[in-house]
Amino acid sequence: MVIPMPNATPQPAQASSIKAEIRDFNFFYGNFQALKNINMGIEEGKVTALIGPSGCGKSTYLRCFNRMHDLYPGNRYEGQIVFYPDNTNLLAADVDPIEVRMRVGMVFQKPNPFPKSIFENVAYGLRVRGESRRSVLEEKVEQALHGAALWNEAKDRLHEPAYNLSGGQQQRLCIARCLATDPEMILFDEPTSALDPIATASIEELIDTLRGKVTILIVTHSMQQAARVSDFTAYMYLGEMIEYGKTDDIFVKPRDKRTEDYITGKFG
Amino acid sequence: MEKVHISSQFDADLEAVRSRLLQMGGMVEQQLRNAMAAYITGERELVEQVRSTEDSINMMEIELDDRCTHLIARRQPTAGDLRLIMAVIKITTDLERVGDEAAKIGRIVGQMHDSGIAKLNGFSDIHVAANMAVGMLKDALDAFARVDVVAAERIIKQDRQIDNEFRSLLRELITFMMEDPRTISTALGVVWIAKALERVGDHAKNIAEYVVFVAEGTDVRHSGGPADTAL
Repeated sequence: MVIPMPNATPQPAQASSIKAEIRDFNFFYGNFQALKNINMGIEEGKVTALIGPSGCGKSTYLRCFNRMHDLYPGNRYEGQIVFYPDNTNLLAADVDPIEVRMRVGMVFQKPNPFPKSIFENVAYGLRVRGESRRSVLEEKVEQALHGAALWNEAKDRLHEPAYNLSGGQQQRLCIARCLATDPEMILFDEPTSALDPIATASIEELIDTLRGKVTILIVTHSMQQAARVSDFTAYMYLGEMIEYGKTDDIFVKPRDKRTEDYITGKFG
Repeated sequence: MEKVHISSQFDADLEAVRSRLLQMGGMVEQQLRNAMAAYITGERELVEQVRSTEDSINMMEIELDDRCTHLIARRQPTAGDLRLIMAVIKITTDLERVGDEAAKIGRIVGQMHDSGIAKLNGFSDIHVAANMAVGMLKDALDAFARVDVVAAERIIKQDRQIDNEFRSLLRELITFMMEDPRTISTALGVVWIAKALERVGDHAKNIAEYVVFVAEGTDVRHSGGPADTAL
């Protein structure tokens, strides 16, 4: 497999297995180019963090992975996001965005459970897929809640409204809802910025347990969080991928001065 | 323009740690010079000064470690800042050890003079080693202050010279002792002093290695040539 070498942003060393390969990728909001010539390989089963100042394009980039931008006219993708092992370009016109979203789940900044019961929230994706057998739904819901470390807290209240859960629990419910459809990748868009430190720690612990099972891409404003949870870190600035490498390297000896200035909190 | 941190307090804290370390370095350097001056002149006052400086140096070690601990806890430093703090913590230990070596020299000099043993006539080679050790320490601290990798690498290589100097001193002292057994007590004292100076060279080399780490993020320790073979 040929892994593209992005401009001045080398790939993670000894890529074991690549889940997604981003090639010559650009993104436009109408005439405004929000992402510029991104090339990178995302390792399977690993956690990759996207960091950068507000407006650098990290959330825009994240949303490209499940074609969220399709919803608004005038948005335009260029280049490819190729998923392995089937070599599918997620951005291809003949690829159904609904299919993409089955493969790529997303968790947002604020927990957004549906106004339904805990059980129905988790079962939702399966029902959309046409699954209606009670036994299958029950098994999958339990599995997903276990996966999201919420089972013990939720097992006796599965049919209560999801809004009865605390903020941190709601966020884990959203992760369970993602997991229920067995996604290959989960996108986290600042998943803990609305949570207290304890709930944050439990989400981070959860991300840790998902490592190896699902490929994770996380946007975070907290550099400490990126340092804690990720295997790889990409620093973005003004729509460009400035530096991409192992988290251990980025936080101890970044190669690019701009990365160093950002993570050490310098200006001037 | 050199970039500064958005938090000016963070800049101030880092600068305070850096300058305090250099201050500690200056004290240690002076202590070592005093110890050697005491060897030459035999002044009791100098020996006493060397001893009392050791206490101040130990206090500074504790203070610097404390400052670094708080910086890590409060600021979670990364990249260059993290490397600087790591280096300060390590260099503090090396400086404190140099202080111990200087104190050791002071004690030996005190004992030598107390027991009235004469100096070895015409034996001045120890001064060469002393100047070399003090020079290396000073250069290493300068390299740290300027984050000068080129100077640091030069110091790392220099350590070999001081090791050679120590070995030749040893041979010379053995000759003295064989020729005239009455010099044995004095010669042994000088051997201890020489060994302490050789250790100072090792610590200066360590400091230089941390300078490379601060500047480039590479750990150059234990990477070059055969291990120290002197004693």
